[in-house]
Amino acid sequence: MQLGKTRVVALLAVVAIAASACGGSTATPTVAAPGATTGATPAPVATPATTPAAAAVNGTLPPTDTTVYPRAETLYTSGKQWGAPSTWNPFDSNMAMGVVGLQYETLFLYDPIKDAYTPWLASGGSWDSAKTTYTINVRQGVKWSDGTALTAADVAFSLNIYQNAALGSNLFTIVDKVVASGNNVVVTFKGTPAYQEFSSALYNDPIVPAAIWTAKNDANILKFLNQGGVGSGPYTYKTAAQDRMVWVKNPTWWATAALSLTVKPTYVVDIVNSSNNAALGELLSGGLDLDNNYLPGIAQIVNGGYGVTTYFAAAPYMLGGNTAWLVPNTKKAPLNDPAFRRALAEAIDPNNVVVKDYGNIVAKADPTGLLPVWSKYIDTAQVTSLGATFDATKAKADLAAAGYKLGSDGFVTNKDGTAIKLNLEVPDGWSDWMEAETLIAKDAAAAGININPTHPAYATVVNDRNGTATAAPTFDLVINNDVQIGNTPWVYYDYIFRQPQIAAGAARNRNYEQYDNAAAWALVQQLDKTPVEDTATMKTICSQLQKIQLTDEPIIPLWYNGEWSQVNNSVWTNWPSSTTNQVQPATWNGYWQMGAIYMLTNLKPVTKS
Amino acid sequence: MRRYFGRKLFTYLITFFVAATIDWLIPRFMPGDPIAVLVTKTNILSPTQAQRMVEYYTQLFGLDKPMPVQYLNFWTSLLHGNLGLSIYGNGTPVIDMIMAAVPYTLALLVPAILLSWWAGNSFGALAARRKWLDNTVLPVGYILTATPYMWLALVLSFLLAFSFRMFPLSGGYGFNLEPTLTWLFFTDLVAHWVLPFLSLFLVMFGGWAIGMRNMIIYELESDYSRYLASLGAPQSLIRKYAFRNAMLPQITGLALQLGVIVAGSLVTEIVFAYPGLGHLVFAAIQNQDYFLLQGIFLFIIIGVLLANFIVDIVYVLVDPRVRVAMRGGTA
Repeated sequence: MQLGKTRVVALLAVVAIAASACGGSTATPTVAAPGATTGATPAPVATPATTPAAAAVNGTLPPTDTTVYPRAETLYTSGKQWGAPSTWNPFDSNMAMGVVGLQYETLFLYDPIKDAYTPWLASGGSWDSAKTTYTINVRQGVKWSDGTALTAADVAFSLNIYQNAALGSNLFTIVDKVVASGNNVVVTFKGTPAYQEFSSALYNDPIVPAAIWTAKNDANILKFLNQGGVGSGPYTYKTAAQDRMVWVKNPTWWATAALSLTVKPTYVVDIVNSSNNAALGELLSGGLDLDNNYLPGIAQIVNGGYGVTTYFAAAPYMLGGNTAWLVPNTKKAPLNDPAFRRALAEAIDPNNVVVKDYGNIVAKADPTGLLPVWSKYIDTAQVTSLGATFDATKAKADLAAAGYKLGSDGFVTNKDGTAIKLNLEVPDGWSDWMEAETLIAKDAAAAGININPTHPAYATVVNDRNGTATAAPTFDLVINNDVQIGNTPWVYYDYIFRQPQIAAGAARNRNYEQYDNAAAWALVQQLDKTPVEDTATMKTICSQLQKIQLTDEPIIPLWYNGEWSQVNNSVWTNWPSSTTNQVQPATWNGYWQMGAIYMLTNLKPVTKS
Repeated sequence: MRRYFGRKLFTYLITFFVAATIDWLIPRFMPGDPIAVLVTKTNILSPTQAQRMVEYYTQLFGLDKPMPVQYLNFWTSLLHGNLGLSIYGNGTPVIDMIMAAVPYTLALLVPAILLSWWAGNSFGALAARRKWLDNTVLPVGYILTATPYMWLALVLSFLLAFSFRMFPLSGGYGFNLEPTLTWLFFTDLVAHWVLPFLSLFLVMFGGWAIGMRNMIIYELESDYSRYLASLGAPQSLIRKYAFRNAMLPQITGLALQLGVIVAGSLVTEIVFAYPGLGHLVFAAIQNQDYFLLQGIFLFIIIGVLLANFIVDIVYVLVDPRVRVAMRGGTA
């Protein structure tokens, strides 16, 4: 029937028009990286790469065809990137995995396990005899990935860039001038140098080429995405997509000649985190080599014959990367009473969390909260006499002695008789912390303290903890582990005692407990002005700070949150471990310059027999 | 005809306006401050740096302006085709992020909807005629249509991807490949596409099969079918007429299904980490990204309204009674 056929044809035509209008081609989607084009315009038929493994190891030949990555030359990682890579600007803390560490480097490396600094882009550095001027010797023979030489002018520029208010750095509150002179850079300070803060800058601040960044050094510096930038490091930008970040080996890396170091993988592909079970599936099936996510049950997997290993072969399996603290709001009763806080510290048994929640992949924190790498700064004798240990009976006694009477419901009340109910907040979805807070609440209840574990959305927890421009912080208790491992315990004492209080709002990131102690802050500032080599003085000051912290308990240390790291040994081996290769096994920001770069130089490909 | 479509268009425009307003409102009802979340997640060392970031982003996203001004800005920029900047993407234009994800979602949705509709209707029509087929298709259809998209996705992922290694576990294309016009890349793309597609296809297929089967049986019992049969018309002719009548509710159902299937594809994409719009919505929610959420929902609103409009046109083409009614209306 003529009419029927016309109708069918018209129908098909409509569908065709609709499909082309709505979606366009669906055969080969152009995966444009956000913000700019990747440059991966469809090429003519590409032959798979057959780069000889030997050349890849020596780093002499740049890879030829490069749109397929051979498995034996590729390292797949995951765990750092919680969203699509959107900026490669080394001054933006949201930068993609590896921007500082693989592409850009720092003047020194710091090894927290050995507590030693390794000259990196600097060949050395020294103080003058008065310890008021620091001279950085810039390493010679280093080239940027575009072939130009890295000079003292680049180093001076990279430090001076922090005068740009858009970066919001306080480096120039302690530094006066940074001047290049010959092959050196001379740093002068305002008043007595804050040695601790400055030493942190030496191994954290990236060195960038002045030729490119001078033009970008204005108020919009953070808007510069720097996709495919020029760095001095062992890798250069290959491509990025919504779910991955790909680095390719830089064959002209300076450390190959200067330090006989070569990074083994030709490609480093970092996969954006989707979910823990996806990561676990990939790790077990060999699709991932290194995973820096928290994977529950990893202790069983390590012993289960899957070829998956961790830094320690037995408990605690993971290095400690930061301390998880129980943070009370010291501006609210009864948490404003040090005696109550002390009783709270005695009521909680972190071992419960360590064993029941984490299955021994974390360790209980020292009463000072300092990480094991800082154990030499812990005044152990003082800890023994003053530190709070888990003892429910003692907690009850201390509560009674402080004037908190036990009510009929088994919970203590305020001194004025009103009920105490403390809300403990952790972000929703953080399953290990959600479990931990129920255990903590149970412990506290046994001693008579009523804690209500809640898990609102992350944004709500942040709001309650930080307060807003119009309202003070409203939280009772939160668990927090913001400050990571570093080269000095000063970072922890700054976190605990900072004065003056940062205004409530999004920028608040120190002294969440709102604890005011001028004497403590004076000690912290004194610590800051102590040279990092002067461990004796540092120990003395730390001991005094610990005394304040152990008696007042402004925040309560719980456990050392792990530097989550599990590896699959099927394609690459010789991973960091406590017995052989003692380097940091994490791809997180800040860890490459703490020696994780050696993880890549020590790797060995597994040779198929 | 023109008045009919004119009225339809007007209705759609009003719907769009209301939906867009609700779309603008909803993210702002979420508790918490997205800038605080963004800044806190980056673990900045220095508080002055954090403060600077807060100021920078607040100014960049215009979140310091009063609500009515933000609403007007929303419409002004929308009419310029500017969907704003993404907080999750650190200032990447929302339209860029959406355009990168749209091909994947369309590649899933369009074949899944059309193929399941076609296959489901064919099977349903067949089942209405053959008793043995009816006894198998119907229970299977009920089970499939009642299956949650996410659960089926997980089962397929576990069985076919993890246990039997027939298909990849997750992703849009292999992590060892870059997008190029090669056969290798294309086959890899298809391999990653199969499981998410199946999760959507199977569930919808069940629904259409049952619907069509019921409609055909209803039509075959109707007066005109009996009359034709009594006149001695061949079974095939009766079936052809019945099929045409049965199609009409199915076309309407297609229009209604479109909104539902978008939600289904969201969870499927999350299970397979398939880089489409659903995955992006999930990330936007987790990161309190107002603008990205607004942009994606707006996109979905426009897409669903457009698809409904197309179905309306198809309906006119397919059903002669509508055309007669329209002519009668304008006469």
